[in-house]
Amino acid sequence: MVEFKDIHKKFGKNEVLSGINLKIQKGKTTAILGPNGSGKTTLIKILLGMNHANSGEILVNNTSIRNNWSYRKNMDYLPQIANFPGNIKVKEIIAMMKDLRQQTARDKELTAYFELKPYLNTNLSHLSGGYKQKVNLVLSLMFDSPFIILDEPTSGLDPLSLIKLKELLKKEQEQGKTILITSHIMSFVEEISDHISFILDGKVYFDGSIGELKSTTGKANFEYAIANLLKTNHA
Amino acid sequence: MLKILKYSFFDLVRSRWSYVYFLFYLLLSSVLLFLNNDLSKAIITLLNVVIILVPLIGTIFGVMYYYDSQEFTELLMAQPITRKSIFLGQFLGVATSLSLSVLLGLGIPFVLYGLFQSNVIFDFLILIVVAVFLSFIFSALAFNIALSNTNKIKGFGYAILVWLLLAVIYDGAFLMALMYFQEYPLDQFSLLATLFNPIDLSRILILLKLDISALLGYTGAIFSAFFGTVWGSFVSVGVLVLWVVFPLWRMLHTVNKKDF
Amino acid sequence: MKINFILFFFIIVSVASHAQNRTLNVCAQDCEFSSIQTAVDQAKPGDSIFIKKGIYKEHDIFIDQKSIHLYGEKGSIVDIDHKGYGFKVEASDFSITNLSIKNVEVSYTSDYAAIYLFKCFDFKLKNITLEKAFFGFLIEKSKDGVVEQNDISGTGQSEASSGNAIHLWNSKEMTIRDNEVYDMRDGIYIEFGGDNVFENNYSHDNMRYGLHFMFSDDNRYSYNTFQNNSAGVAVMFSKRIEMNHNVFKKNWGTASYGLLLKEINDGKIYNNTFENNTIGITADGSTRMVYRENDFINNGYAVKFVGGSYQNDFSRNNFLYNNFDLSYSGGLNNNSFDTNYWSDYTGYDLDKDGYGDVPYRPVKLFSYLVNQTPESIILLRSLFIDIINFSEKVTPVFTPENLVDYQPLMHEVQW
Repeated sequence: MVEFKDIHKKFGKNEVLSGINLKIQKGKTTAILGPNGSGKTTLIKILLGMNHANSGEILVNNTSIRNNWSYRKNMDYLPQIANFPGNIKVKEIIAMMKDLRQQTARDKELTAYFELKPYLNTNLSHLSGGYKQKVNLVLSLMFDSPFIILDEPTSGLDPLSLIKLKELLKKEQEQGKTILITSHIMSFVEEISDHISFILDGKVYFDGSIGELKSTTGKANFEYAIANLLKTNHA
Repeated sequence: MLKILKYSFFDLVRSRWSYVYFLFYLLLSSVLLFLNNDLSKAIITLLNVVIILVPLIGTIFGVMYYYDSQEFTELLMAQPITRKSIFLGQFLGVATSLSLSVLLGLGIPFVLYGLFQSNVIFDFLILIVVAVFLSFIFSALAFNIALSNTNKIKGFGYAILVWLLLAVIYDGAFLMALMYFQEYPLDQFSLLATLFNPIDLSRILILLKLDISALLGYTGAIFSAFFGTVWGSFVSVGVLVLWVVFPLWRMLHTVNKKDF
Repeated sequence: MKINFILFFFIIVSVASHAQNRTLNVCAQDCEFSSIQTAVDQAKPGDSIFIKKGIYKEHDIFIDQKSIHLYGEKGSIVDIDHKGYGFKVEASDFSITNLSIKNVEVSYTSDYAAIYLFKCFDFKLKNITLEKAFFGFLIEKSKDGVVEQNDISGTGQSEASSGNAIHLWNSKEMTIRDNEVYDMRDGIYIEFGGDNVFENNYSHDNMRYGLHFMFSDDNRYSYNTFQNNSAGVAVMFSKRIEMNHNVFKKNWGTASYGLLLKEINDGKIYNNTFENNTIGITADGSTRMVYRENDFINNGYAVKFVGGSYQNDFSRNNFLYNNFDLSYSGGLNNNSFDTNYWSDYTGYDLDKDGYGDVPYRPVKLFSYLVNQTPESIILLRSLFIDIINFSEKVTPVFTPENLVDYQPLMHEVQW
């Protein structure tokens, strides 16, 4: 589905990614984990074409993404920070996205699901952080694309909405979608993902299923297993 | 691009800033026209305000808009559209909404006052054209500044600096050069120096249309002789267009290389 | 008896001479005369010639040493048909009234005029309409004449192919009043003349000056209006000229001004209005002039000093909304600018004596800079200029230190 080949990225003198090789398998949910500043977001941005890699190549469905933008038609992206033009209404921004992508969308279903209906005529600047994140979710998930990228999807959500998100994602998994997430909430990651890629200092330190992770580290608890990865590699 | 333009234009037109900006011009030109009763005088005063304020608001507003919509821009970039169309659309949204505020703010009182019966309509049209050009030029410069500075404080600093440079410092240096080389013929030099700065060029284009141009004396006559010809108008419009096109070209160039 | 005889004789003579004063009629057909020249030739001193309605194609009509009075009916026109002068007169005690003259010959070598007077005394030119005049009235070596209520216009095409409407050379004690002169080179021109009075004339749209003095001392002009001339009035090389109650307006153009003073002294300029001129007054080498109670309104420059001018006194003038109140080069030279009203003055009057407590500096830094480097005028209305003008106002560095109105008036002068 997606393949990162020897990705290098520097910001000035600071080398953020130093040779990432990674395959995202089709139909699976992969979590990219790592401490702050390990390059998770940068990697996602490179995949989406927002950042340019210094070297290396990314293949989506066996085609390079260099100088290409149409591959993004099959991707949904949820950015980390939800911030929208303040003077536009919720329904207008949904219309705008539909307008931009010209693809069939399930916006009605999702706004109902996230209980956004009463706010459709509200200006985005008047929404609280949690509701903005809900709008963010609707915008990124409504196109029903086979590939979904979620950058910290849980931030700002109340527990009820978090449960709803999890249920929604499980449904998507059942439909065979490929999902890529980053998150700091380990319980969320454990519950959702099939596959873990652990990045540290710009390199992939672990790439395998949760079961493999637990067996390599010898810890039965997922959080401890991750912490163990960090400890051994920093020692 | 048109879709992006449409939405950023809607967003901006509804913002409080646009209203304040529009109302300011509306109030100013109404007061000037209905208290002063002298169209030509009103245009001179408006000229003074336009060539200072339009560039200032254009840069500040452009930079502010860019930083404000940074996250949303990232979301847009994840969509299947080109970067070029995103930024061109946003730029045009900012520039057209600013131009519209000026156009309506100045235009409505003038129309109510009975501009179409008056022969100063061409002076007024030049004022409007110049204001629109300045809006486009300085929002283009603003986008360039913001794109090159991730630090907002730095970005705003540079925006003010660019404005100061073109609105004030340039003229200071110009004057110093004139004083220093006063033994030499300076007409060609001053013509050239005026052409290079969009604010000075706009000021002269309007001044030459007004009665006050008689004050410019011999130098003014040389300027009139140049700008009065087809070639002169062509050159001055060309220079203004270049001032829009060049920053835009640089903007698109940076946009394609930049990491967001 | 003897006394009675002398008395009787005088009565007879006076009655007889009175009886001899005839009126000769001129008209196209069925009159005594069909030509003005013939009538003039036949007339005796004291006779009148009545020119009836019609067009007379005549030129160079010569009145030689004859005191006669020509007057026309409404619609009597002398058409010179571009063949020289209209009338040539060398006489005293005569008059020409109620007549139209047109089509004076244009020449680059001779000063052809509609009416040419040479060594004339005690005459009157009244209610004459001149159209397409090259020169209008050309008056040389004459004295004690009245030129009034005439309407003189040229073709207004170019300065070289135009003459002056009323041209006085070497003439004295003339009164020029209530005339309208336009589309000529100079409206009224006077060279080597003294004790003349110009009153209530309207001189407009002339290609050079509305009124022009050269080498003429002790003249006065009052209550005239000079409008839209290339320059309103030029007073050159003349002493003791009195100028009052005139209006100079809309003399607007790159090289235009309301009033030019060049090498003149001891004149008085009072109660005049200078409005909408590029430059109100240009003073070039003028000394001991008194400027009092004039209004300078909406001019580019109100007053511009060009060359060395000394001991000029400005007081109780109103400077209202001029782009520059004063342009000045050189030192103060004993010129004084106290007790004027300046609309740009922003000071206050705490002791309520009618004079501002803070002195006013009428010379802006920018006008000083423009004087030094004329090209810098191109920065007119730039923000930078406003800034340096302001800083100069707060702490003067460049402008003459004592060029100050120490007692600026708080209210406009009513005069």
